[in-house]
Amino acid sequence: MGYFTWCMIVAGVGMTVAAVGCGISQSMGIVRAVEGIARNPGAGGKIMTTMLIGLAMIESLAIYVFVVAMIILFANPFTEHVIKMAAGQ
Amino acid sequence: MVHPFLVLEWLAEQVNLHLGPHVLYAWLVMALLIVVAFVATRKIREIPSGIQNFMEAVVEVLENFIEDNMGPKGKKYFPLIGTLALFILTCNLIALMPSAFPPTANPNTNAAMALAVFGATHFIGFREHGIGYLKHFTGPMPALAPFLFVIELVGHVARPVSLTLRLFGNMYGHEIVLMIFLALVPLLGPLPMMFMGILVAFIQTFVFTLLTTIYIAGALEEAH
Repeated sequence: MGYFTWCMIVAGVGMTVAAVGCGISQSMGIVRAVEGIARNPGAGGKIMTTMLIGLAMIESLAIYVFVVAMIILFANPFTEHVIKMAAGQ
Repeated sequence: MVHPFLVLEWLAEQVNLHLGPHVLYAWLVMALLIVVAFVATRKIREIPSGIQNFMEAVVEVLENFIEDNMGPKGKKYFPLIGTLALFILTCNLIALMPSAFPPTANPNTNAAMALAVFGATHFIGFREHGIGYLKHFTGPMPALAPFLFVIELVGHVARPVSLTLRLFGNMYGHEIVLMIFLALVPLLGPLPMMFMGILVAFIQTFVFTLLTTIYIAGALEEAH
């Protein structure tokens, strides 16, 4: 299959896997946070702050994958090389 | 994927100034913050009102945040952390103005801030502990020191990279989603995503500032 087809497949599948991993991890964090607030409603503010920080940290992993996907699709460093090789044939 | 129309970029084209939109809008954010600071401190009254009241609330939130995370010796670093927080927040919120480009959606702005934080962390560490700051990198046992030094070094180099990419990915991803929605439904398409944009702006500012505070607190504290 062509180079650019593979680029698109990789970007899409990579982002999917990142979204799945991010979703599962964040849900585990939120479950424990909500249980903590249910046990101790007074500490609700602090627990929610910590939960939001944790969510932002986990989210950033999916965002790294997004950045790599954007680079592959829009700032691909090998595009010219591939085009030259294809034109040379 | 290009933003359809950017006001400051069009103005800069008229005067033949070829700078990226992130630089122009960073200037706009700087001018905005300086004007607000000037107006808020012109006639300082004992009982604040108006914009002085608002800025005092903002400063109080930042001071409490730094004191919670760093203790009383963190007050010295308030200018750095406060400037970063206000600048990043205003840059992120400018994204919601039509025909404006958030400077934080370009990795250069974020890399500048992240490298400043990186430099500040190590400068503060060396100033506080002298050459003993290197003990932070060696870990608990002297036998493992060379091995752990490399690991700690990689961890420290990963910090500005992660700070940059987290903020860049969030802001640039949001811009791309807004542009896709704009292409789908011309006028009101991006509106729901803009509400999420406000949330993302505040959360990313909070995370960047919190991480800066934690890194500086880690450089100030004693080694393991």
